[in-house]
Amino acid sequence: MDYFVQQLINGLNIGAIYALIALGYTMVYGILRLINFAHGDVYMVGAFVGLGLTKLLGYTTSIPGYNADTQGHSLWGGLTLVLIGSMVGAALVGMAIERFAYRPVRKYSRMTTLITAIGVSLLIEYLFVAQLGSAQRSFPSLVKNEAFNLFGDVRISMPQIIIFVISILLMILLQWIIYKTKIGTAMRAVSFNLNSAKLMGINTDVVIAFTFALGSALAAAGGVLTAQYNPSIDPLMGIITGLKAFVAAVLGGIGNIPGAVLGGLVIGVAETMVVAYGSDIGLASSYRDAVAFTILILVLLLRPSGLLGSTVQEKV
Amino acid sequence: MKKSLSSLIPHPSSLKLMPPFIKRLVGALVIVMVLIALNAAMSNEGFYGMGLPYYYSHLLRLAGINIILAVSLNLITGFTGQFSIGHAGFMAVGAYASAFLTVYYTQGLEQKLTAMMGATAAQAIVFLIVLLVAALAAALAGLVVGIPSLRLRGDYLAIVTLGFAEIIRILLVNVQKVGGPTGFSGAIAPWEGRATIPQYANFFWIGLFAVVTIVVVYNIVRSDTGRALISIREDELAAQAMGINTTRYKVVAFVISSAFAGVAGGLWAHYNSFLSTQDFQFFRSFEVIIMIVLGGMGSITGSILGAVVITALPELLRTYPYEIVIALALIPLAAVLLRVIRRERLPEVIRSGWPHAIFVLVFYVALFLVARLVLINLLELDYRLSAMGVNISNYRLVIYSALLIAMMLTRPQGLLGHQELGFHWLKRAQKRPVGDASVGASGGVPIAERDAPTADPYKETENR
Amino acid sequence: MRRTLIALGLVAVMFLGLSCERRGAGTGGGGEPIKVGVYLDLSGQTSSFGQSTKNGIEMARDEINKAGGINGRPVELIIEDEQGEPGKVTTVVTKLLRQDQVHALLGEVASTNSLAAAPKAQEAKIPMITPSSTNPKDTRVGDYIFRVCFIDPFQGEVMAKFAANSLKAKRAAILADFNSDYSKGLTQFFKQSFTKLGGTIVDEKTYTQSDRDFSSQLTAIRSTNPDVIYIPGYYGQVGVIAKQARQQGITVPLLGGDGWDAPQLWDLGGEAMNNSYISNHYSIDDPKPEIQKFVTDYKARYGGVAPDALAALGYDAMRVLADALQRAGGTDSAKLRDAIAQTKNFPGVTGTITMNAERNVDKPAAVLELKPAARQFGYKETIYPDNMTPPTTAGASPAASPAASPAATASPAAATQ
Repeated sequence: MDYFVQQLINGLNIGAIYALIALGYTMVYGILRLINFAHGDVYMVGAFVGLGLTKLLGYTTSIPGYNADTQGHSLWGGLTLVLIGSMVGAALVGMAIERFAYRPVRKYSRMTTLITAIGVSLLIEYLFVAQLGSAQRSFPSLVKNEAFNLFGDVRISMPQIIIFVISILLMILLQWIIYKTKIGTAMRAVSFNLNSAKLMGINTDVVIAFTFALGSALAAAGGVLTAQYNPSIDPLMGIITGLKAFVAAVLGGIGNIPGAVLGGLVIGVAETMVVAYGSDIGLASSYRDAVAFTILILVLLLRPSGLLGSTVQEKV
Repeated sequence: MKKSLSSLIPHPSSLKLMPPFIKRLVGALVIVMVLIALNAAMSNEGFYGMGLPYYYSHLLRLAGINIILAVSLNLITGFTGQFSIGHAGFMAVGAYASAFLTVYYTQGLEQKLTAMMGATAAQAIVFLIVLLVAALAAALAGLVVGIPSLRLRGDYLAIVTLGFAEIIRILLVNVQKVGGPTGFSGAIAPWEGRATIPQYANFFWIGLFAVVTIVVVYNIVRSDTGRALISIREDELAAQAMGINTTRYKVVAFVISSAFAGVAGGLWAHYNSFLSTQDFQFFRSFEVIIMIVLGGMGSITGSILGAVVITALPELLRTYPYEIVIALALIPLAAVLLRVIRRERLPEVIRSGWPHAIFVLVFYVALFLVARLVLINLLELDYRLSAMGVNISNYRLVIYSALLIAMMLTRPQGLLGHQELGFHWLKRAQKRPVGDASVGASGGVPIAERDAPTADPYKETENR
Repeated sequence: MRRTLIALGLVAVMFLGLSCERRGAGTGGGGEPIKVGVYLDLSGQTSSFGQSTKNGIEMARDEINKAGGINGRPVELIIEDEQGEPGKVTTVVTKLLRQDQVHALLGEVASTNSLAAAPKAQEAKIPMITPSSTNPKDTRVGDYIFRVCFIDPFQGEVMAKFAANSLKAKRAAILADFNSDYSKGLTQFFKQSFTKLGGTIVDEKTYTQSDRDFSSQLTAIRSTNPDVIYIPGYYGQVGVIAKQARQQGITVPLLGGDGWDAPQLWDLGGEAMNNSYISNHYSIDDPKPEIQKFVTDYKARYGGVAPDALAALGYDAMRVLADALQRAGGTDSAKLRDAIAQTKNFPGVTGTITMNAERNVDKPAAVLELKPAARQFGYKETIYPDNMTPPTTAGASPAASPAASPAATASPAAATQ
């Protein structure tokens, strides 16, 4: 029983990260009907911007003591600064992508925009690889490396707690923005019907830019948080994680915000359980990545609108 | 009006009396002999020592395989409008199936056949059998993937095909008998089969199957089936309303396209002699997409062109990175300059048709040479950049993706759009417009500046 | 008239442009160079290995060329980066063999990549020496493939012996890299030896190099209560695994192999690397004069960076090749192959190198303890293969004994910190 709970905690942890990234996918699809292939790479960019910030602020991994607190820098302050800084940086990147790559092709067909999105994703990845090489870099840990015993054999580590707390805070913040602010109402209007929203006087370009910024900021937060848990970051880390987060968005119902969160958690737990119990039924842990894709195919075949989505009738 | 390939070959009047069957047979024999001759030229020793060095024959073979992939993908994506980005998955199925068969099960058969009819014939027969299996396996995979997925539209279909390709890859990586994550270069346990995958696929076979693929797809497209497929692309609901069983046609196109991808995989396996699932990742599928998008999604000759360009591009970027970057950067510049030098001001002779095309080409080449002269020979940009630590060949994939995005922004229909490169352009060029020269002169110019920037053939009419 | 002039001008420009050639790099003088192809991972997931090996090879090449080359001919290295992917390895090696027509190949570090390249080298009958691939399959591909290091059946046995005898462990769990032949080989041999010594393997899990989260595997392992955990993987993942393992409350010793040897390990794992041991090819604090000279020279050339085992092996591989080229008297591949096969008692920094019948080398392994505070590996003990006689007096460093004198022996008093 303890084993199951421990694995559940592990699963929810990864799931929270997937959820943060999935929110970006789902919001952009909701208003533009566009799959932003480059979103996974924004997650990666967020982590690297965070890395740059830690260097700027003076945190390194080379000090004996390895927690960046021996130079009198505070850890919590550092984490907050790096988090906010990377979120802002990624938001700018997201808005730039929208302005220069997606806006010009908005009037074209879906295939063209999809190809453009994939092109942007590859561009970002290879730009980073060309500059930094595809080798991993280590992110300094801004979270103390301790762990707490919950009950019995179940432990939870500080990075895991931080991931849970911050993702929940961010999701609450997102809910507040969407339901309690003017721009949030505008976002909901645009996702309902772009043209009608334009007719009502909403500046759709601003709303779209804001949505991209919001989604990218969340993905960047996910990137920095993951780096606390797993300090190895490399330019290609956004590919698989981005794809799985996309599956999470589809699973929850693409365009549906609580759905994205639910989808993320489900995928995280499913993956972990396959590794935890898979050997009992003959599945090696190397099948872990296949879980997300299998779920994707099952969802699209059996219930394409996702768990919480609603079916859209096709008009002739 | 049905056009067959043989009608493009000019023939003396006496041959007109021969039935088309004989004409086609003769055509096929000519092609085969040309291929055999070219194949002999492909090695350093062939053609009395005048053969091509390895580097070029390697690129040609790679281009041949890419042509098969591009043309077959064009059938389902360009002509039927179903966006599939899982092509590498079917290639992988064909590659691994054929390699598995060759390595573990064909040694005995080949020995028996060699005793009967000599080594070349024996190898040919074994190879054909193995490729047939590759095609069937990939076709089966295409059926399994296609039937459930082709109900979906647009983005969803793309993602599902991507997902299936990844699942195929992950399944293959877990099969120890074909090497697992290490890669497949021969029998895992040495007594069970051959030590290496034999290199059956020389230029002859690759060229032959490229020709076969082109002919088959061409004939499909020009037939009733092809018309149905194109109608599905243009407006699926309308096609359904006209009584076309869209699901059936889509699945058929998908299966045929996957079968050819499997053949390409089999050829690849027997050329590279080493299979690794990392070669069949998403980027490989996407490369094929780039090929057909570059060439024009509804054009067979376009996808051939795209395949050749994309095959050559990485190599060119590796050896001549600065020249390529200059060449690419000059395209928009040349277009702007040509617009400034308006067509009316050109002499009558080069204003339209083939002569105009040649003029544009010469203009561009001259511009390129001038730019190269200035930037590389005079300013020595390449040395300065590498002295500053910028290694441009590292950026070649960046250039790739930037090129793709630029193309999507400026000319989403690709180089040829829906047109085919062909001899009919020769005829069109002879049309001399009467009166005002600038009006009505179409000419089918390849580097056309006439297409409106928003000419996107796949625009769906959405009610938003 | 005007048009004709313009046309002529255009043509003239074209000729001018075509005739200008790029300024090319000149070829050096001296005898015709001996081309050695080097293929390594210089920018991928195991780039630390590739960079270190390259450093060792280049240092050796410069020493050789400064001493006059090989029979008057300079050694020219053609170095290619294949980013650690087996598909790219075959492309790059084919290019080196067919296009550049190298006389010999050096590479790779990861056994999977050497395995991808070996059939090509064997087929082209060009000798290939891998500096640090330890999976036995590599040299079995053919008689043109050699290595200058020990092989995994020995390396796996080393850690098993250390775990059972020195750490007194009875239960071991294994967490291996699914994509790596090196990791799978070590797992197999560790299991064999550990069970032979009376221990039990309580759990066996795998991960892939793209995994970001190892907690599920670690939780499963933790629930089986092992005495030690063997993680025969590469530094990029091992550092993170160690960190997450300690977070999960796993305090038992972690064991590994030469794949851990990279400076990034300290950045990634930090203090989690305490209480861990690896088997490696040499120990940097071995007081033997040749080794210390190598360390000093390397530090001087590369800005104070200390050489790791991979740099040392790269250095040795290049020197063994040069020595064989000297003996073969030329670059004829059959003669070169035979010369390499006949290498006997070559003094390497990683030990005395004698090619055995399987084209491998019998060498002892050093067991090193991880000291994250100093970002260093400290010497713990040496373990010899069964067919080698260890020096009789512990602490003596045998100078000229005909049986292979292991380089990693050092007087423990001087070496342990």
